[in-house]
This record gives sequence, structure tokens and C-alpha cells, in this order.
Amino acid sequence: MIIGIPADIEDMNGPVSGSFGRAPYYFIYDEEMRSGHFVQNTAATAQGGAGVKAAQILVDQKAEVVISPQLGENAAMVLKDSNMDLFKSVDGSLMGNVLLFRDGKLEQLNDIHEGFHKH
Amino acid sequence: MKIAVLSGKGGTGKTFVSTNLSRVIEGSIYLDCDVEEPNGHLFLKGPVLETNPVALPIPVIDHKLCDGCKKCVDFCQFNALAYTGKRVLVFEKICHSCGGCEIICPQNAIKEIPREIGKTEKRSYEDTTLYTGILNTGEESGTAIIGELLQRVSEEESVVIDCPPGSSCVVMDSIKDADYCLLVAEPSIFGAHNLKMVHELVTLFEKPMGIVLNKTLGDENPSEDYCREKGLDILLRIPWSDELGRYNAEGIIASDQKDEYRNMFTDLLSRIHEEVSV
Repeated sequence: MIIGIPADIEDMNGPVSGSFGRAPYYFIYDEEMRSGHFVQNTAATAQGGAGVKAAQILVDQKAEVVISPQLGENAAMVLKDSNMDLFKSVDGSLMGNVLLFRDGKLEQLNDIHEGFHKH
Repeated sequence: MKIAVLSGKGGTGKTFVSTNLSRVIEGSIYLDCDVEEPNGHLFLKGPVLETNPVALPIPVIDHKLCDGCKKCVDFCQFNALAYTGKRVLVFEKICHSCGGCEIICPQNAIKEIPREIGKTEKRSYEDTTLYTGILNTGEESGTAIIGELLQRVSEEESVVIDCPPGSSCVVMDSIKDADYCLLVAEPSIFGAHNLKMVHELVTLFEKPMGIVLNKTLGDENPSEDYCREKGLDILLRIPWSDELGRYNAEGIIASDQKDEYRNMFTDLLSRIHEEVSV
């Protein structure tokens, strides 16, 4: 199972980014291989549609689970249509959130906002 | 001649100046480009004579033909398309209707169909013709509606363009065909800041411009200070007046009501003509 989490810095002990679509990186963790890597979010500086493009990156990374503090509705639509399971991150590191997910201690993400388009 | 009336914020008096100006020009055309909340028709009252829907082409995917190559997703510069592993999703409100995805699809699985985003309405009030642009609630961009409004007028006609507030794309579209820009500003620090924004925009467009200082109070006016600092021509100062406030609240056009105001706007028009002919 592959997990994707928005990240501010390329460090698995670093924090989960506060934004999904505008996070500079995604931490991609492969549960079976027990290994993670970072991909750059090329949507971070997009003028519009950042959430859609960011979600596409996670689809292309073959993520099956996304852990994020929040999600815009466009991104959520793409991720859900890709049958991804969405979980709400808690304060702590990227790896810390992976471990909590593994133990079944993260809640499902229901915090879908209308997006911050042009605001 | 086309005169665009604009300001950095709402409520400075764009519609007040535009409607009054249109009433002192014989046979004028008034374009209400403030498509998110048009209000010129509250002053230039009349029954709707014509309604035209405004639509934008939006891609529709034939999922049977789509083989998931993602060429359209990679092509879209606005990130309006996503491929979820089973189908392409279209985000209509992000789409800029460029048509590129339809051209690039190797499977011919994409066709554009029109999607209505608003309408234009035509009214007439005495010898003034009014075209109002109306953007449907929830739509993100009214530029297509402004484009439709501008197509309603020809070069020879005398046109007053009531612009949306601010300095965004819709304002740029509203002023791009204008021969002259009239900037309306309030006597406050906030007003001066907003004046600066539109002044910089109009400067970029290299349009001749003049300033109307509205609701002046006779004492300090940061907007006037800004004009002096930048060497901008102040064409008219309209003092704060309970009477004008009352007219506005009742949807009455001051120029049609009193010679005093008619003369004020006739003089403003002469000043603009002088400025343009120089």
C-alpha cells in the first residue's frame, strides 16, 4: 500500500504541510517496501487548479491512501474517484503519521473545504 | 469615443459618474461591465428589450473512446482536467475554454459543448441605450460577458463603460478598447491606495486618464495628495452631498433632475474631449 502526505520539507521527520494543493512536496511511503521518498509538487505555484494537479500527482504515484490536514473539494473529487482512502493528519512528523495510520489510529478525513480559489 | 469609468474599490461612485455622464451625451450607449453586481439599470430604468445568453465551450469526454493516455491532462495549462485511473474528470469552472484538449486528443474522445455562464440585457432610457452584463452566481470569470458587451458597440458610437471595481482581468478587459479612462476616488487613505492600483493599471495600458474626486469634504484628501504627487489631472471634484445621496438611494439620475448637476457633467465631458484632442 502506497501512502501520500503533503510535506513542507524533504525530511520524513519533518511536519505534515498545512496545505494539500500548495504543499511544496509529497512524502510517498510504500508500506510493503518499508521505504519512502519525496516528489516535488509541480502544482504548488500554479495560478489555478493547484488542487486538481496536485491530486493528479498522487494518482500518478499510485497512492492508495492520502493523509492530509484538509482537502479542497476539487482535489477530493479526483482522489475519491481514484478510490483513495482519505485520512486526517495529526500534529507530528510525516513518519509519525504513517505509524499512526498503520496502527489504525487516524480518523477519516471529512474536512473538505470549497477551496481557496482566487482568495 | 469610449470612456471607461473605473475605481479600485466598490462604492466610490463609478455608476453615479457613468450614468450621469451617459445622460449628457446625446444618444449614448452605456455598458454595465460590473457583471458580478450590475446596477446601472437601477438608474437607467426601462423594460428589457433583448436578452442574449453568454456561453463558453467546455470539453465533454466520451469515456468509451478515451483510452487514458492523459495527453489532455498534461496539455491543460489551467489544470482543469484530471485522469483518475478510470476516467478523465473535467473541472468546468477552472477551464478557460481554449479548446486545446479537443485538438490534442488522439482518440477524438473530446468535444466542446457550450455552457451558459450568464447573459446580456438591452434596455433603453430616453435616448440612452443600456447593455447590462450579468454573470451567473458561482461563476468565476465574467470576461466572456464583457467581451460580448464590447461587441455591441461600434467605433463611431459614444460609449460609457461602467467597469467592475478593482484592477483584475475583468477590469483590464473592460478598459482595453477605451479611448479615455476616468478614475473615481474617495477622500480617504483607503481611497488613495485603491486609486494608486487603478492608476498603475491604466498606466500599463497607456490610456489617457483623468480623475474624479467624489464625496470631497473640503479638508484633507489623500487621493488629491496622490494626484498632485503623480501629476494627475483632476477633472472634477464632487462635494459630499445629502441630496446626491438621496438621489442615488432612490435611483434618480442627478443630471436629469437639476441643471446644476447636468452642467457639472457637461463640463466634465468637455474636459475629457479637450484631453483626448490634445
